[in-house]
Amino acid sequence: MKEKNIMTDKNEEIITKFGSELLQTRVKIENDVAKIDATGLYYRHLNAVLRILNGKGVERVDINNVYGQRYIGTDIDRNIEIHIYGTPGNDLGAFMNSPNIFVHGNVQDGCGNTMNGGLIVVHGGAGDVAGYSMRGGKIFIRDNVGYRAGIHMKGFQNIRPSMVIGGSARGFLGEYMAGGVVLVLGLNRQSIECPEPKFVGTGMHGGVIYVRGEITDLGKEVEVMDIDGSDAELIRILVKEFCNYFGFDFDEVMSRKFTKIMPVSYRPYGRLYAY
Amino acid sequence: MKSYLSSEYIVERNQDQCIRCKVCVNQCTYETHYYDVEDDAVYSRDENCTNCQRCVVFCPTHAITIRKNPNAYRENDNWTQEAIQAVKKQAETGGVILTGMGCDKPYFTYWDRLLLNASQVTNPSIDPLREPMEIRTYLGAKPDKLEMEIEGEDIVLKTEIDPQLCLETPILFSALSYGAISLNVHESLARAATEFGTLFNTGEGGLDPRLYKYGDHTIVQVASGRFGVHPDYLDIGAAIEIKIGQGAKPGIGGHLPGEKVSEDIARTRMIPTGTDALSPAPQHDIYSIEDLRQLIYALKEATDYTKPVSVKIAAVHNSAAIASGMVRAGADIIALDGVRGATGAAPKIIRDNVGIPIELALASVDQRLREEGIRNKASIIAGGGFRSSADVVKAIALGADAVYIGTAALIAMGCTVCQKCYLGKCPWGIATTEPWISKRINPDIASKRLVNLLRGWSMEIKEMMGGMGINAIESLRGNRLHLRGVGLTDTELGILGVRMAGD
Repeated sequence: MKEKNIMTDKNEEIITKFGSELLQTRVKIENDVAKIDATGLYYRHLNAVLRILNGKGVERVDINNVYGQRYIGTDIDRNIEIHIYGTPGNDLGAFMNSPNIFVHGNVQDGCGNTMNGGLIVVHGGAGDVAGYSMRGGKIFIRDNVGYRAGIHMKGFQNIRPSMVIGGSARGFLGEYMAGGVVLVLGLNRQSIECPEPKFVGTGMHGGVIYVRGEITDLGKEVEVMDIDGSDAELIRILVKEFCNYFGFDFDEVMSRKFTKIMPVSYRPYGRLYAY
Repeated sequence: MKSYLSSEYIVERNQDQCIRCKVCVNQCTYETHYYDVEDDAVYSRDENCTNCQRCVVFCPTHAITIRKNPNAYRENDNWTQEAIQAVKKQAETGGVILTGMGCDKPYFTYWDRLLLNASQVTNPSIDPLREPMEIRTYLGAKPDKLEMEIEGEDIVLKTEIDPQLCLETPILFSALSYGAISLNVHESLARAATEFGTLFNTGEGGLDPRLYKYGDHTIVQVASGRFGVHPDYLDIGAAIEIKIGQGAKPGIGGHLPGEKVSEDIARTRMIPTGTDALSPAPQHDIYSIEDLRQLIYALKEATDYTKPVSVKIAAVHNSAAIASGMVRAGADIIALDGVRGATGAAPKIIRDNVGIPIELALASVDQRLREEGIRNKASIIAGGGFRSSADVVKAIALGADAVYIGTAALIAMGCTVCQKCYLGKCPWGIATTEPWISKRINPDIASKRLVNLLRGWSMEIKEMMGGMGINAIESLRGNRLHLRGVGLTDTELGILGVRMAGD
């Protein structure tokens, strides 16, 4: 049983405690945009401020001087626009439902962890496990991502989360994927820092990965398959949106051939056991 | 390939008593019984029988007896029937041998070596039928000290209390995932927990929205596969549990076989229908205590610090050190699952050989947290094969705040521990998602049976406490002076922190 009566409203308390400092010196409302100065601000206080601004019906929040604060965008239930300047910490938008987050910088590990809806656009690169167990919404990352991006992505019928990676990805891309769409454009694949991802789709049993160009190092559960009309349409839509965010030339991105990777079997481990 | 395996059980049917009503034919989901029209008789395929006793219970004339197959191999204490059959099965299939439920080996049930105290002459015992007896239990982080202020006539609590769960009995239903069991079983557990004032645990397969109304009595679980985890799910639960491991299969993940992934399960888990649901061994965002802290606080952020976060681990060799790290990582509740903890499906070799008994893990974790002065920062729930209220009382005296029961709850609903849950065709309608079988669990009846079990155990707990002269369960918690060991070595007694009987 939940013991609600002994709970206090933590956000109100934080604001009462740090009220004058937090709300008066850190937050400014200019032309309907709330601007937060996050310099040295503890993540819990920053997120409490975000919750309060969300509750007050603010439509856009700009957070400046972000330096490693975690869980930004988590527990915001409205479709507000959040612009982050700096480097947000781990688990950006974890369990997120609704906001549209634009990051003007790189993101760390676990970006979009178990995200349920909304949008994350990263003008930079991402760390490991980007889009871990993503269930809905979209993530666009301009540059490279770390290991195990798109691991455990999910989907059911018409609910298809999607993640578009402008650069390349490290190993185990799309591991255990059960649904959704991962699109890797490899726009900088030739550079030394950006090797070809290895063990792509290991343990994958649903969903689809598209790669612009070729890919050779695949997990044993997946195969390269032919692109059909609906694949091409989906790729076009995602690339168009990607180019809109980051200013790439659509025709140039689309000029190379795309590769489609899907699981060979829906039951990769069906024969593991003696019944 | 011809199978050299012999059937484990023999079905005996008294043909004089059999009225050919075909109840057994319809009840057995393994097609053990069949009706022969020409002979007008019911016969059996012994090799299909799992000894679940469904046909025996439902035969209106009691015509059926199931016997262990007397055709055993030559007696051998090393090469037991079980060992020989396992080798043959693997020689024929090349697979990992699966099983269900908890470890069935007799190695180490310390509960049977621990005895409780009672008052005689001094410190009179208490009669719970006529005197108040407090077994209400609060789970969650407790403050180091309480500060109060007198405001006029009132005493006002100044210390901020972390979120707590309130249980009317120190027993919760342990994690049983939707998919491993059916919606009807989830509903039965949810309704019983609500009626009795305790909680059930969703397990790692998410929760059907039809059961959200029982949210105040629900612990929602988050595991490596993150099945069914989304903001609404986290919001409706009274607490969130991060599952790191379980006693039946420490160190390995789970595969919910595709046969059990029906459309409802697929929708809740958000995976394709009919595919295996893969829960890998690690959570790929947790490789350290620091990472665990990150997930604990991600969940606290996602729910605005309104509910306790539990972390469940299997009892293993370093549980005490791990538990210390878990508390420091911010866990409000630590759930320990011992080697006898059950499962819907696990490799038999893991189930029977990996992990340690809950008694030893519980004693060492409680002791370690006390020594480090952080025992109050988290509650401990012990789980793994609790068979009776006596096991519960002994666990609380060893240091548990509450216990998880899974197998006992299933037995209350009809389970006979035949260990074939992984086949997905449980004739009792429990470990199955096939609609024609799962409808055998009627939530009206099953929840009643569960409430009865909780009521019976709770009364027994009060009786045992009263006998010790204790009238509040807090006075029993970690009170190892009320335990004595029999037939245990000094090392065992030392780890349990219990004295020898007679000492």
